[in-house]
Amino acid sequence: MIKVQNVFKSFDSVGVLDDISFEFEQGKNNLIIGQSGSGKTVLLKSIVGLFEIDKGDILYDGASFSSMNLHQRRDIRKEIGMLFQGSALFDWATVEENVRFPLDMFTDMSDKEKSDRVNYCLERVNIEKAHKLLPSEISGGMQKRVAIARAISMKPKYLFCDEPNSGLDPKTSIVIDNLISSITKELNITTIINTHDMNTVTEFGDKILFIANGKKCWEGSKKTIFNSDNDELNQFVFASSVYQKFREQKHSDEK
Amino acid sequence: MIRYFYTSGEYFIFLAKVFSFNNKAKTFYSRLIDEIYALGIQSIGIVTVISAFIGAVITIQTAYNMENPILPDYLVGLATRDSLLLEFSSTIVALILAGKVGSNIASEVGTMRVTEQIDALEIMGVNSASFLVLPKIAAMVIFNPFLAVISMIVGISGGMCVAYLTDIMSFADYVNGIQYAFVPFYVTYSLIKTLFFGFIIASIPAFFGYNVKGGSLEVGRASTKAVVASVILILFVNLILTKIFLS
Ligand SMILES: Nc1ncnc2c1ncn2[C@@H]1O[C@H](COP(=O)(O)OP(=O)(O)O)[C@@H](O)[C@H]1O
Ligand SMILES: [Mg+2]
Repeated sequence: MIKVQNVFKSFDSVGVLDDISFEFEQGKNNLIIGQSGSGKTVLLKSIVGLFEIDKGDILYDGASFSSMNLHQRRDIRKEIGMLFQGSALFDWATVEENVRFPLDMFTDMSDKEKSDRVNYCLERVNIEKAHKLLPSEISGGMQKRVAIARAISMKPKYLFCDEPNSGLDPKTSIVIDNLISSITKELNITTIINTHDMNTVTEFGDKILFIANGKKCWEGSKKTIFNSDNDELNQFVFASSVYQKFREQKHSDEK
Repeated sequence: MIRYFYTSGEYFIFLAKVFSFNNKAKTFYSRLIDEIYALGIQSIGIVTVISAFIGAVITIQTAYNMENPILPDYLVGLATRDSLLLEFSSTIVALILAGKVGSNIASEVGTMRVTEQIDALEIMGVNSASFLVLPKIAAMVIFNPFLAVISMIVGISGGMCVAYLTDIMSFADYVNGIQYAFVPFYVTYSLIKTLFFGFIIASIPAFFGYNVKGGSLEVGRASTKAVVASVILILFVNLILTKIFLS
């Protein structure tokens, strides 16, 4: 469980996050949703400490991340897996070496153990014949899957995903979403996903935080998201014509 | 002006992070080998070509400017040798490498910054600055003296070719000249300078690349700025070292 308490963050005195509090639960897909530029990435990166927050606190299973020193933070980070928006695979290394990298850096596993782990993780994300290819030689969807394999190679307790579907076609998006969700349940980890993809929201939103202009506007789940009377949320949710129709349908049913 | 002090402060903080080594030694050595190849071995070509031509040109220029019969003939060889040993093979080669190696480092590190590869390293708990930059600095500091030695040898040989192939001057005078009043300390002095220059060529561009914000456009800009900054710093450090060692 990760708890965010009254977090503020600004860049050069321009406020980006404004008093955000939320509890991300273990074993669930916790979503952060909001328009582009609303501060999702900044929030995610603040939670993992890539950005230093101005005020507030972040608790990893009760331990205050903000008051940890660099050394203690590095220990927590070994329990974090992160999927970046552009995959962020190391372009100097092959698919296999990317997944193996954290194992090389932080474990004393034998070569055999490492290869077994790498093969297991790549199998888990259905990558079969691309072990020796470079990231530039595989498709965007495959890059995402390799990045997931790398993120789970150290058996993380916390998984962060920044817009896992960006730049992917709808079908591949569903594959990626399913993968993240099933890994979350299987390993019983705390997963936080940034997204503005309504398919992800309606399918996987166990717990949802909606932010607009850096402020928390609404929280709930996929079960409650269509019944909110929060205007900003409704503008976001019903922005696409499909969901618009869905709402009209519902209104006429109610009459 | 304040901006410069601020930037130099950031540079030293960056260096502190680079040298707070906490990654596995094994990964460092394997990356060091890669970097020696990429930054050092891959630069031998350009250093060789440029040194050969410059050696030849210095010889020709000096020969044409010394038609006065009072001046001894060995002066041409001597001038070529000393220009190469004192300034060309260390300083001018460093300026060229600042362009080639420096822009390469700045854009490589900058690209890793904007594609979030550096964030990915940090998230894993790796000291990204140390992991990425220390092997580059070490590689340049280790290999730059070799490049200088190659440049000296090739440059002097370039002059020798001119003396041998043309009738501007006699080959024997040139060979005599390059041995005349040889001061071994010039070589030592030159090699000491290359250590400093190697450090600058790797660390300044890495600093600019590491701090890129934005996208590929900014990476290009950072790379240009990095080359300009390293060139100026090389010239400045050269001035100081010359003052210290030769006066
Ligand atoms: N490193 C940074 N420096 C300054 N401003 C930033 C930085 N990162 C993000 N911002 C600003 O913060 C706001 C939120 O950005 P972001 O979190 O990336 O939005 P998104 O919800 O699309 O992920 C934007 O206005 C952006 O310009
Ligand atoms: Mg974002």
